[in-house]
Amino acid sequence: MNDALDVAIRLLIVFAVFMVFPLVIGQTEHKVMAHMQGRLGPMYAGGFHGWAQLVADGVKFVQKEDVVPAGADRRIFQMAPAVALLPYLLVVLVIPIGPGEGAVGQVIDAGIFFVMAVMGVGVLGSLMAGWASANKFSLLGGLRTAAQLLAYELPMLLTAASVAMAAGTVSLTGILDAFEWWWLPWQIVGAIVFFVAGLAELQRPPFDMPVADSEIIFGAYTEYTGLRFALFLLAEYAGIVVLCGLTTVLFLGGWHGPMGADGLGWVWTLLKTAVLAFVVIWLRVSYPRMREDQLQRLAWTTLVPLALAQIALTGIVKVVI
Amino acid sequence: MAPIPGSGLAKGLAVTLRTMTKKTVTAQYPDVQPDLPPRTRGVIGLFEENCTVCMLCARECPDWCIYIDSHKETVPATTPGGRERSRNVLDRFAIDFSLCMYCGICIEVCPFDALFWSPEFEYAETDIRELTHERDKLREWMWTVPAPPALDPAAEEPKEIAAARKTAEKLAAAQEAAKEQQAQEAAEAAAAADAPSADAPSASDAPDDGPHPGNPAAGGPTSGGSAPDGPAADGSTPGGSTSGGSTSGGSTSGGSTSGGSTSGRSGSGGSGSGRSGSGGSTSGDAASGGPAPDRPSGRGQTGGSASGPMGEGGPE
Repeated sequence: MNDALDVAIRLLIVFAVFMVFPLVIGQTEHKVMAHMQGRLGPMYAGGFHGWAQLVADGVKFVQKEDVVPAGADRRIFQMAPAVALLPYLLVVLVIPIGPGEGAVGQVIDAGIFFVMAVMGVGVLGSLMAGWASANKFSLLGGLRTAAQLLAYELPMLLTAASVAMAAGTVSLTGILDAFEWWWLPWQIVGAIVFFVAGLAELQRPPFDMPVADSEIIFGAYTEYTGLRFALFLLAEYAGIVVLCGLTTVLFLGGWHGPMGADGLGWVWTLLKTAVLAFVVIWLRVSYPRMREDQLQRLAWTTLVPLALAQIALTGIVKVVI
Repeated sequence: MAPIPGSGLAKGLAVTLRTMTKKTVTAQYPDVQPDLPPRTRGVIGLFEENCTVCMLCARECPDWCIYIDSHKETVPATTPGGRERSRNVLDRFAIDFSLCMYCGICIEVCPFDALFWSPEFEYAETDIRELTHERDKLREWMWTVPAPPALDPAAEEPKEIAAARKTAEKLAAAQEAAKEQQAQEAAEAAAAADAPSADAPSASDAPDDGPHPGNPAAGGPTSGGSAPDGPAADGSTPGGSTSGGSTSGGSTSGGSTSGGSTSGRSGSGGSGSGRSGSGGSTSGDAASGGPAPDRPSGRGQTGGSASGPMGEGGPE
């Protein structure tokens, strides 16, 4: 009975985090992006500086008609948003935010494998949406998504493998337990490659060629309306939470901090995640969208060699020590 | 020197980060009224008390968007035996703001300062026909006309203010002189009561001359600033005595000791030139308002009454 309660509470907390954090990041994006462009951003919804803007957006999306195009592959079309969103919920479940068992939704021994595999599934949602919409723009967007997934999944996996080599384990909690401060400079190249590849996989600007709204309308999501469209957007922001959390855990030491590592470890995790999320928004505001060929070139000629070099460096240091 | 690879990317990030720390430029318009400059061309206000229905604005308007109706009224003669006068009464003054292109020619051309720019801009209508605003609405907008912007720190004094100031100074000087002379004459009369009959008319002349310099001063300084200034300065210098002597010898010989009487006398000489020089007087009239076309006959009257309408014309 006690175990069941424990599981229920953990699931509830994870679900709450999964619902709240993406909204917080979305609202932060509204405001940070506005101020970086000399604007104020939303100011009305909720009264105080438009804090409830995304809630209002959600209400609006729910009210809209849910249209499925006549020529669409109906069931696939309707399932796609769930396929895009749910993997991120599963990943949130295994990210440790503090030391010990109490701060993880569920400890999984093959943490890195699980996380990488499930995050790859998330991109399938976009592929399904693009194919099932029976729309040229959607199909183009879906194909670009597939090409991007292929290109960037490799450097991401390689750098994650580098961390696993350094720690000697593939468990996320195990990696954090083994973390030393000097891993930061040691794995810095891997961290950058992982973060950039993750951005590309989330199709965040400047890697948003699959949804390039000025040329292919909105890519795979062109035909979506109402709540299903909102779920795709939520998946994008949940993806930011997951990517920033993973980067924090794998490369930035998670709950390790200069002080207060015992009781306040989760604060460090959240702080690092928040800073990374800010960087994600910052990059979106600062850089223009990359062309499709530039995307591929960056992945294959820069990120993959860098990731391989990082693995080599990790291996050499590991042997020397 | 080749740039460091990636320095452009860092520069881009720095730009956005710097912008984030600066104040935003968003104007929260319905909540916060915009801070418009005083010369904003928002709407045209009509100061209908100044309007004489001269129709210049309606004729000059490139869009023909000003509609004016008026009728004539006869005003009974002010003096017994005088002529009846007619004047225009404004019946309708409307501006069609759906045609108006906000060129401001009507405001430029108005000789009586009856039209003004107002920064008020919230007069949108849902029907284009309702954009023709009548005189009561145009009059209401006059309340939104801001005060004219202040002059630059070292700017020349405005002509109107300079004229008014000089008039006031001369009036004060004349009064001062008259008072002094009266006191002196009273003292002289008390000391030596042998010739009171000769001095009495000169004392009555001095206050009569007082209002006179007001007229030339209003018109004078534009064309010939030296003309009224010269005699005033001459009052103390020996040159003043010569001019004073030329105009009226009898009284100056009596009052040669007091400079005030000569300045008053020379002021009256200036008034003659001011009245003859029409260019100076018109510029003065345009500043003060209405009376110029309405009362050209007023100049034909006596000097004392001519100064009266000038004073009335300003506020009207």
